[in-house]
Amino acid sequence: MDKNYLNIIRSSKPAQFGILLIVFLLLYNLVPHNEGNYFWRLPSLLAFIPIKLNEIIYAALYEWFPLKVWDPIFEMYEEKAAFREFTKSISKGLLFLITFVRELLLGGDKIIDVFVSDAWLKDNDWMTWPALPWTAATVGAFLLGFQLGGIRLALLGGIGSLYVSIFGNWVPSIQTLSFVLITTPICFVLGLSFGIWGYLDRKVETALQPVLNVMQTMPQFAYLVPIIALFGLGDHAGSIATIVIATPPMIRNTILGLKRISPEVVEAGLMSGCTKTQLLFKVLIPTARRDILNGVNTVIMQCLAMVVIASFVGAKGLGLNLKIALNSLKIGKAAEAGFCIVLIAVILDRFTKAWANKQVDYFENLTFFQRYKLLIIFGTSILIFSIIAFIANGYFDKINYLYVIPIEKGFTFAHYIDAAVDWVWETFFYSLNSFNKFLLTEVLGPMKKAYLGMPVVATLTLTMGVAYIIGGIRTSLLVGGMMLFIAMSKYWDRALITMYMATFAVIMASLNGIIVGSIFAQTERGSKIILSVCDFFETFPSFVYLIPVIFLFNITDTSVLIAAIVYATVPATRYTVWGLNSVPLSLHEAGTMSGVSRIQRWTNIEIPLAFPTIMLGVNQTVVFTLQMVILGALIGTEDLGQLIFGALSRAQDGPGVAITLGLFVSLMAISVDVIVRKWAEERKKALGLA
Amino acid sequence: MSPTISCSSVYKIFGNNAKTLLSESGGNVDAKKFQEAGCIVGVNNASFDVNQGEMLVVMGLSGSGKSTLLRCISRLTDATSGKILIDGEDICLMNNKQLIELRREKMGMVFQNFALLPHKTVLENIAFPLQVKGVTTENSIYKALEMVELVGLKGRENYFPRELSGGQQQRVGIARSLAVEPDIWFLDEPFSALDPLIRKEMQDEFLRLQSVLNKTIMFVTHDFDEALRLADRIAIMKDGIIEQLDKPDNIVLNPATDYVRKFTEDVPREKVLKIESIMDASDPHASGEIAVKKDDIIETVAEKILNSKEIIKVVDDKNSVVGSINPSKVIKVLFGG
Ligand SMILES: Nc1ncnc2c1ncn2[C@@H]1O[C@H](COP(=O)(O)OP(=O)(O)OP(=O)(O)O)[C@@H](O)[C@H]1O
Ligand SMILES: [Mg+2]
Repeated sequence: MDKNYLNIIRSSKPAQFGILLIVFLLLYNLVPHNEGNYFWRLPSLLAFIPIKLNEIIYAALYEWFPLKVWDPIFEMYEEKAAFREFTKSISKGLLFLITFVRELLLGGDKIIDVFVSDAWLKDNDWMTWPALPWTAATVGAFLLGFQLGGIRLALLGGIGSLYVSIFGNWVPSIQTLSFVLITTPICFVLGLSFGIWGYLDRKVETALQPVLNVMQTMPQFAYLVPIIALFGLGDHAGSIATIVIATPPMIRNTILGLKRISPEVVEAGLMSGCTKTQLLFKVLIPTARRDILNGVNTVIMQCLAMVVIASFVGAKGLGLNLKIALNSLKIGKAAEAGFCIVLIAVILDRFTKAWANKQVDYFENLTFFQRYKLLIIFGTSILIFSIIAFIANGYFDKINYLYVIPIEKGFTFAHYIDAAVDWVWETFFYSLNSFNKFLLTEVLGPMKKAYLGMPVVATLTLTMGVAYIIGGIRTSLLVGGMMLFIAMSKYWDRALITMYMATFAVIMASLNGIIVGSIFAQTERGSKIILSVCDFFETFPSFVYLIPVIFLFNITDTSVLIAAIVYATVPATRYTVWGLNSVPLSLHEAGTMSGVSRIQRWTNIEIPLAFPTIMLGVNQTVVFTLQMVILGALIGTEDLGQLIFGALSRAQDGPGVAITLGLFVSLMAISVDVIVRKWAEERKKALGLA
Repeated sequence: MSPTISCSSVYKIFGNNAKTLLSESGGNVDAKKFQEAGCIVGVNNASFDVNQGEMLVVMGLSGSGKSTLLRCISRLTDATSGKILIDGEDICLMNNKQLIELRREKMGMVFQNFALLPHKTVLENIAFPLQVKGVTTENSIYKALEMVELVGLKGRENYFPRELSGGQQQRVGIARSLAVEPDIWFLDEPFSALDPLIRKEMQDEFLRLQSVLNKTIMFVTHDFDEALRLADRIAIMKDGIIEQLDKPDNIVLNPATDYVRKFTEDVPREKVLKIESIMDASDPHASGEIAVKKDDIIETVAEKILNSKEIIKVVDDKNSVVGSINPSKVIKVLFGG
């Protein structure tokens, strides 16, 4: 009899979950809520971690390996830490490159200044690089688009840059673009090199995986403070933050692409008599070209997604304008800057994708002029427009509109947006506000309270229990260890708030995604449509989602959560469609033949079979949600994000705190990831899909 | 003349401690025992020669080690032990540079799934081995055009592999492997991924090419009919061991092991056997109008023999009579009993 029950429990996961839930509820209600009770909250034994980290960072910066460096101003040798000199030279190099591209397009004398003395430059004030007139740039964007993808991309590029120019965003756009133009190649080279290394050496790949996992789940904010400490403020710091964030996907794409090459192709290369280098550059990389260029595309998208965040460490451009507009609650201006970023993102996205798919025709028999026709037109138009603009110097007295239309003078639709927002406010204030209030008091408030009222033993039991039931003892210990690490810091309560927001948003986003995905996946056309909608939304940098919600729901948890939900619905939808589309047709037919209704087919055949894939989507949803929840600190929430954000203004102990907190968020995401992946794997095996 | 390819006691065993295990066993490899020790036996004590201009077909079920044997001989993988001589030189001792040289000058390989470079056109794929060697673009393209014509792909030079059918892709694979004019030609199940009609067509094409080129060939297949159509000699493999290596008719007539017999059981004999094997040689002065050659495959002349009322004489290459044939023997081969 007893044995029978045990067997049932052993073989039935629902029964196990049931027991776990009962234990959890008992612990929840029985453990007294008082400080000093270790079942309620653990002591902060790990509080030293951020402090130690700080010490290490500052020791590295000011004490390790002192070098004697000649100081030309004071004309004497000075002791400087090697590491600091190293970071300084990186900063200088990057800044030089970014400024170089910027001045090349916008004109100026900073780069010339590097090569000549200040005094000489002052005496010769003709010595300044002329700006590229926006008119010529527009022609350039048009021609480039034409070269890459015909008239459609030409119009996209041309009209896009025309819009940017005459709406007065030319200068910040170029600032942002120069940032992207320098950061992307660096990410590309780094990502490709590490990717190749990982592909060639198994050990390197194994070592890279966890590092990449952490890097990709760390909230972007967490990097900022350490970067300020190491590299100072400025465009280069923004670039470094972006490199840190955008390189991991490049590495992953490279490894993925190389691994996907069939071993036969490699052997064919070898049998053709390739040397190692030839094999790498003529066979492996070109064959993996699609995935590698997809990586480049991701890098560019990440660069644009980072522009606002980078502005916190001193990067100039559209991101900074957007940040300023948001801070002073000017929605129209913010929307305009946001629109420009999205526009640039879309243009670069389409251009790089077209480039990735472009084929070279070796058999064109063209003359020099035919081959370089577009380049020649472009060169000529630069010349003509420059001359026109130069002559016009005499005509315009203050601002030469043919070079640049400054932001105050450009067209604007900001006031329309402001008016629209006002109208929405006036018309819907009551309903919006009451919805907001209802959500806060009836749903979010109680949920938050419930999370905060969770004794730490209960939380640990629940997470480890779930991990155990799904993945066994090793998964359970791994997840438990990560949770314990957070629980023993002094930030557990904040972490609970982050968890509550994330849970809510993940559930909502997953539901949305699964429902929307299921509806559209019913037909092939629908699938195509919804996938391209997903593509479109994914080109939006994450903070763009925050703009509308703030103005509808003010600075509350609601705003952040809605932004997070919308943002995270995209991957949930995408994976649902993928999952449903991968259900073999024969099963559909088998279902139809056995006379099940549409709904039955959906619940009994499609969803269970697509489940593993959908779970991977939910996984993505968790990462997306956490990013957005932390980003929510930008507008003021009170979870971990806020502390990370706060660390920005505390240069002294900031870096350690930010890294630690970022790591916590990353550990949460990885815990979920570990469990979900295991689960998806098991399901796949059970369904015979793996 | 020394054989073009010569293998003696070649072993390939996959696994971490393969070398030690092999030396402990003293060459007496038992696949089961090795498997328990965590090793997989790919090739087990293979010794054979392939002569200049000969086509050796390697046959066997999936997993029997055919590809592994081929990959050892092309040194795409290192044999665990044994000697592999190509034109008298031991390739196992070659350094990287010599190996690349060998592949650039002497070897060509065709793969089951074509293994074309997806980013290159037909012409570029074919020119690739030449360009890797350092031939100028112009010359390599010129040579590639010649190859395109040879394999009958004229007009599709600028297509990408994804725009071609399976048969066409394999023609590109064949052209690529021939571009450097290799002496030795390896083909690993080149026609297995094609559907039967195209396969037949490609086999004919292949025979036509071989009659012009006369290369030394190792051809892997798991299709016995294909082996019979093409082979000078056939090697039958099982679990890494070469069970029998012989002329096609000998394999059918005298299978060395039960495994080989199973293989040959369903093979229609008239498709393999030559007249020579059923003629009556004791009567070298047979008269009569009608003659068949002693090297004719029975199937091809059966009708002629059965339709005739007289005794049929068998002649050799020089048209001198070497024996006679009794229709009842042909009937026996055709219908059994
Ligand atoms: N790289 C490898 N590592 C471990 N085992 C291998 C490896 N390559 C092949 N094997 C094993 O060696 C044995 C022979 O494989 P091989 O590919 O030579 O077979 P095959 O005769 O070519 O089969 P097929 O007709 O399927 O191509 C198989 O058991 C296979 O699992
Ligand atoms: Mg094989």
